Amino acid sequence: MSDTLIDAKNLRVSYRSGKGFVDAVRGVTFQLGKERLGIVGESGSGKSTIGRALLKLLPSARITADRLNFGGADLIAATEKQMLGIRGKRMSMILQDPKFSLNPVQRVGDQIAEAYLVHTKASKVQARAKTLEMLEAVQIRDPERVYGLYPHEISGGMGQRVMIAMMLIPEPEVIIADEPTSALDVTVRVQVLGILDRLVTSKGIGLIMISHDLNLVRNFCDRVLIMYSGQVVEQLAARDLFNATHPYTKGLLAAQPHIGGARKQLPVLRRDPAWKSELTGVVR
Amino acid sequence: MAKLSVTLDGAALPAARRTTPLTRLGSTLAHLWRDPSSGFAMVVIAILLLTALFGPFLASHDPILVDLPNALKPPSAANWFGTDELGRDIYSRIVYGSRITLFIIFLVSIIVGPIGLIIGATSGYFGGWVDTAMMRVTDIFLSFPSLILCLAFVAALGAGLENAIVAIALTSWPPIARLARAETLTFRNADYISASRMQGASNLRIIIKSIMPMCIPSVLVRITLSMASVILTAAGLGFLGLGAQPPLPEWGAMIATGRNYMLDSWWVVTFPGVAILLVSLAFNLLGDGLRDVLDPKKH
Amino acid sequence: MSGIVVDDLSITLGHGAAAKKILDSVTFKIGSGQSFGLVGESGSGKSTVLKCLARLWTMWTGNVMIAGQPVRNMPKMEYCRTVQMVFQDPYGSLHPRQSITTALREPLRIHGMDRVQDRMEQALVDVGLNASFLERFPHELSGGQRQRVAIARALILEPKLLLLDEPTSALDVSVQAEVLNLLSEIRTARNLTYLFVSHDLAVIDYMCDELAVMQHGRIVEILDRKGLSGGEARDPYARELIGASLAYDKVA
Repeated sequence: MSDTLIDAKNLRVSYRSGKGFVDAVRGVTFQLGKERLGIVGESGSGKSTIGRALLKLLPSARITADRLNFGGADLIAATEKQMLGIRGKRMSMILQDPKFSLNPVQRVGDQIAEAYLVHTKASKVQARAKTLEMLEAVQIRDPERVYGLYPHEISGGMGQRVMIAMMLIPEPEVIIADEPTSALDVTVRVQVLGILDRLVTSKGIGLIMISHDLNLVRNFCDRVLIMYSGQVVEQLAARDLFNATHPYTKGLLAAQPHIGGARKQLPVLRRDPAWKSELTGVVR
Repeated sequence: MAKLSVTLDGAALPAARRTTPLTRLGSTLAHLWRDPSSGFAMVVIAILLLTALFGPFLASHDPILVDLPNALKPPSAANWFGTDELGRDIYSRIVYGSRITLFIIFLVSIIVGPIGLIIGATSGYFGGWVDTAMMRVTDIFLSFPSLILCLAFVAALGAGLENAIVAIALTSWPPIARLARAETLTFRNADYISASRMQGASNLRIIIKSIMPMCIPSVLVRITLSMASVILTAAGLGFLGLGAQPPLPEWGAMIATGRNYMLDSWWVVTFPGVAILLVSLAFNLLGDGLRDVLDPKKH
Repeated sequence: MSGIVVDDLSITLGHGAAAKKILDSVTFKIGSGQSFGLVGESGSGKSTVLKCLARLWTMWTGNVMIAGQPVRNMPKMEYCRTVQMVFQDPYGSLHPRQSITTALREPLRIHGMDRVQDRMEQALVDVGLNASFLERFPHELSGGQRQRVAIARALILEPKLLLLDEPTSALDVSVQAEVLNLLSEIRTARNLTYLFVSHDLAVIDYMCDELAVMQHGRIVEILDRKGLSGGEARDPYARELIGASLAYDKVA
């Protein structure tokens, strides 16, 4: 019985544009086990599109693949009704900015409880108890008080922890985190990632971390996919990132300034048009 | 012949689509044409414009010539829409009346647009007591039902088409000003405004060059939508005898005088009524269509 | 010649018990031709300091001297030819309905400068673009190109001092590298003074000789580059911030 949670082969996502189609994701192949997989790319690389395509949250896009399995379910063939049973319950998504992903007119505790009630046959009392438990698990010190707060009354870091609680409460198998810490300050970032890490590891959840930040992914993930122009140009273990071979990855690593680094000109990434052409065959 | 500009990182910029105001107008019209309701609106408005332009050629009779023996004749081959109580051909009066309608719409828009834009943009940009003062004045105008206020102005100025237009304009500018102010508030603190201030631009320069252009799409939509109510108000005033004076073939006035004969001679009020209906509807639909087309989120 | 002296810069909003100190006695000095960084997290007040120096906010107390003159008294035209600013959001700092030509021509017109066409073209070349960009509109350009245009606009009045408000935070890493290189080159070539605000310590370390760490409207520590990487910070918050950034940033 394999440990593979998601098996994607040749995933392609296109949008209608004018008279033809434009590919946002072109022939991406990867597997996700009970590990932390990072998908890194710049804007326009297609990384966020992959996350949303897995949850089929792109109504206007055409999603095709040779294979897109999630724990036995075929995501390509899945109907909207079947997807409703998967989204939130078996696979969920943490978004970037809690200011925009939390309902501003509902108390945060109620939102978390609702996530639980939608996917299980629990009673309201049970849901409340479970919510308080989750709030403690994300290291919120005063769960009773925070339960009754509105999103505008909590800080960014706390909001993101609320989101984590909300997404983890139905005990999914896979979590997709789309730039979960980009809107947070550095000191808070480390704390939030630590919480996410602990919860994900202890419950054996597969995590896909989508980010533009190489440092983040290097420190936090087990494996990394580097994306450029809709394709995966390199796949490697996070600790091997500095031994990357693809010129785009090396270019990205070199372009980042470091504390205490040299003051000379930052090497400018020269984009080779050959990187845009369709890669054929072998996945490294 | 694509013009490519190479940037430092070697990436080429796609050739600029030269967007002059004329090409932008062209593409806006094309978008409007595609949607059935605004397409219909465009047809009706085009008919209105052509009718006004070519009035004398399209009319079959003299619109003000009294011909009593011919009074209240039903629609026939000689008089397509029948005749009114003074024997005048209704079809020709409607054709000439389109000029009056257009005249009213045009003048009101020319007056109301700039006034509302300037007041709203200034008010929103400065804030503080300037804003308070201007908005309280606006509130005073808004607190009256527009037709009543119009009546008051016309009563003060005297009956007549020109005075009716002034009165309508005086009651139509407040919503435009409010709208321009609301728009201005959304981007008043934008970085590009701060950048202009840092370059030494005076407040006047910022309002005219940076703020007003951003308000124009919404104001344009609002004016188009309000044209429908302008027509109806003019018709209402005409109906009350305070707008266009006889023998001018203004559509509202035609209904006013025709209502005494309505029960036996339905054609006297119906045709002007349908004309008013179609033109108001057309402007409403056009405004709706424009709002969709000019919505920046679509781009 | 173009140094900045900030002394006891404070802003307090509200009265009595509800009074809130937005800036609390901010004090620092920047020598002429130097590059100084202001680091802090959100709410630290770093951007507010910039807005005060930019004369966009005027309700502050204290003493701010730019190029030897109190900034409050400087006549408007002279101020604009001395201090300019580059904003954070490349998508918000150019007027969406104005072409690049208009964006560059306006400041020249306001100050009655000559050789308008030449200056506009030269400004674009100086930031690594070319004259064909003049007829474009902002929505046709990428984030990096817009930021370059914003820099060109800031430089076209030939200021001696640039205020930079997180100019690369919204850009991809590779584009950030280009823009940082550009800013460095320009500073050296024109001997400009920079006040650089960022939340990213790696960027500040790269661009600035000296930096101040801010928290809750106060400067908690002033360090130079050597002190930053040498772990010489003494304030506990500064140490926490630097520690977190270093942990994040560790080069294998």
